Amino acid sequence: MPESATGPVVLELRDVAKSFGTVVALRSSSLTVRRGSIHALVGENGAGKSTLIKIVAGVYRRDAGDFRFLGEDVDFGSTAASKAAGIAVIYQEPTLFPDLSVTENIFMGRQPLGRGRRIDRAAMYAEAESLFRRLGVQIDPRRPARGLSIADQQIIEIAKAISLDASLLIMDEPTAALSGVEVERLFAVARSLRDEGRGLVFISHRFDEVFDLCDTVTVMRDGEYISTDPIAETSVEQIVARMVGREVAELFPKTPAAIGDAVLEVDGLTSAGVFRDVSFTVRAGEIVGLAGLVGAGRSEIARAVFGVDAFDSGSVRMLGKDVPRRDVRAAIKAGMAFIPEDRRKQGLVVESSVARNVAAVIRTGLAKGGVLTSATENRASGPWAARLEVKTSALDMAAATMSGGNQQKVVIAKWLATEPKLLIIDEPTRGIDVGTKAEVHRLLSDLAGQGMAILMISSELPEVLGMADRVLVVCEGEITADIARDDATPEKVMHAATRAARPNDIPPATTAEVPA
Amino acid sequence: MSTLTLHPSDVSPARRLLGGALRSREIAVAIVLLLVIAATTIKNSHFLFGDNGWRDLLLTPAILLILAVGQASVIITRNVDLSVGSVLGLTAYLTGRIFIAHPGTPVVLVFLVGLAFGAALGLVNGVLVAWGRVPALVITLGTMYIYRGVFLSWAGSNRVNASDMPDSFLSLGTKQFLSIPVLFIVAVVVLVLVGYYLYTARGGRELYAIGSDPDAAQLYGLKVTRRILAAFVLSGSMAGLAGVMTAARYGTVSSNAGLNLELQAVGAAVIGGVAIFGGSGTVWGAAIGACLLVTINRALPVLGVQDFWQQFVVGVLIIGSIVLDRVLSIRRDRKIIEARDNA
Repeated sequence: MPESATGPVVLELRDVAKSFGTVVALRSSSLTVRRGSIHALVGENGAGKSTLIKIVAGVYRRDAGDFRFLGEDVDFGSTAASKAAGIAVIYQEPTLFPDLSVTENIFMGRQPLGRGRRIDRAAMYAEAESLFRRLGVQIDPRRPARGLSIADQQIIEIAKAISLDASLLIMDEPTAALSGVEVERLFAVARSLRDEGRGLVFISHRFDEVFDLCDTVTVMRDGEYISTDPIAETSVEQIVARMVGREVAELFPKTPAAIGDAVLEVDGLTSAGVFRDVSFTVRAGEIVGLAGLVGAGRSEIARAVFGVDAFDSGSVRMLGKDVPRRDVRAAIKAGMAFIPEDRRKQGLVVESSVARNVAAVIRTGLAKGGVLTSATENRASGPWAARLEVKTSALDMAAATMSGGNQQKVVIAKWLATEPKLLIIDEPTRGIDVGTKAEVHRLLSDLAGQGMAILMISSELPEVLGMADRVLVVCEGEITADIARDDATPEKVMHAATRAARPNDIPPATTAEVPA
Repeated sequence: MSTLTLHPSDVSPARRLLGGALRSREIAVAIVLLLVIAATTIKNSHFLFGDNGWRDLLLTPAILLILAVGQASVIITRNVDLSVGSVLGLTAYLTGRIFIAHPGTPVVLVFLVGLAFGAALGLVNGVLVAWGRVPALVITLGTMYIYRGVFLSWAGSNRVNASDMPDSFLSLGTKQFLSIPVLFIVAVVVLVLVGYYLYTARGGRELYAIGSDPDAAQLYGLKVTRRILAAFVLSGSMAGLAGVMTAARYGTVSSNAGLNLELQAVGAAVIGGVAIFGGSGTVWGAAIGACLLVTINRALPVLGVQDFWQQFVVGVLIIGSIVLDRVLSIRRDRKIIEARDNA
């Protein structure tokens, strides 16, 4: 393995494997991080980066492979053990205690003690202030963590790591929700930590940042180690090719369909602090992709359209008729179907049978004299399950026992049974294996071919580019681009999605904070 | 950078303290309590200045106050302990039986036994909640009936009477020190100890952290199981102490001692500003809430409110305080969002 950083090795992972039941998250993954180095870890969503990190953090235990930290074999059974050893992890979503002050958040569990083992608050606040000064931020150490912007929450996490004197700091997509100035600030902090001889791991999807900040890059794909190179000796094209490792076109078979009349018209939709002035149209036979970074407000827009959440102003029209706000039943009646992001929590009754799940939305129509029998449910759901090739031996099997892909099909079947005109689908293939992914994509393509309008939210760029007839890009609650299929390139989409991350576009002093 | 952040040096410590006090829930509830006392005293001066007015004002809330302190410690961790009423009854009866079996038992020893017995019953709750990973609401609802059932089968139709207990013990129930009832002093001492611990000890702060975000607490590597266990042990021992005090105060213990007190304890904590989803509130607030609950119940008849309306008023108080919390938190969130949008 070529290395650009030459310091002593802090963290060494070799051929680490991890499975969850039958799902293999990591096959054989390796990572070597040195002191005084910022090491980029890149890979598509689902490549296993987060799992690898959680093993280092002590959240999961590896099934196989070597794990050495500061030259010693380790096996962390808890987050406390990994923290005590000197590893600090900043997760994508910072984990803070909203009710407590930022200072308490930094020192929780190891507050400085004064006489009689009582917490020395004065010392604690002073220490927090000096940490903030060092990081170049002004945060009142006494304010509660509730209401902090994501950027400030990350600063708190970093302050925590510094006060721990961690020798390894892992940042999992820390810039996903940051504006340009905030990213610069974060990078300045990261560089100064590197110069102190700490090892840093930086996970990001933004290549300009990777090339700007890091000195070494490791690529992962499908739970496997692919390569490690010094940044200076590689290029974006090279890394992208290694990350993807396959042609986009094979995976996403969207067949052209006749585009019909407008089905969904959204006009000026606004919800304070969540999204602003969102307008778009979805036509029959069209798949519209809603792209953007995690936390940009895509799911929130979809939830408002479907009537789960309220909105402040604007209108939603289905087939020319206004749909009342915050009324899911009216939305379903108007012909909308919504397949949420988290199918286990929001899409399925996992303890119930497949048939009951499929029949859940149309049950009122099935009941005879108010009585709903299993036989009726099976009769009604059979054709749908068959059409989607749900791999289950019996319709009365519990949904919980099925794979992610099959669960997703059950959720889709449930909504297709309502015969919708518009299908809103949030992250259609998250956590689904590659084979089933293609099936889900083919299904969406078929549905569009039959004249259904589809609004698809996806964080996987290849999926958006492969499937969507039109790509709408959301950034910080606003639609920043509407790109036709033929014009859509990863660069264009990423540019629109990170609009605020381009330092040139923003006045230096007043940066809009990202709504959390 | 962040436009929301205050420069710490801009606000003097004195102003910060004053601002905090004006916005604090504890002060608001205390003011309501004082208003109730004032209004009732104006209507009938005996309420405060009568023979036992002052004494009753302090003595009647003492037992609920102790329960509320224990309950608040548990609620702060995003749990709840519904068994405290039964623990109180059981301990009160145990106290009587100890004096019947060994009439010469020192009073201090009885208190220690009561504390230990309550702690043991609390430990059972804590073990079931912390390791069983079952919501505390269900577990303590179960142990509430189990402890009450044990009590019923043990006591049967017997009861402990004042004549069964030594005078030195019973006199504690009414004794005063510098015109302050002894039981109230005990309650305040307990309150100060627990309040001090929750504010200044690592263990205390971790209870807040656990209640604020249990998952984050796990990621921080806090000893979540142990802390939750400790909170239930504390709540149990508070109920045990309150049981011994009940025996001293009333002299008779029948099988309905402590019935429904657990809900009053939860109500007192909620009125005092302890968030039912954990993470915020203080035992000071819960204690003032307990005083308000008891005092309102005594004041309403004086003010000419019928029995039926007394419970109604308590309900309004609880719902009112929750609605108030909700409105304030929505307003606060709106403000934060606006401040960010306008940044």
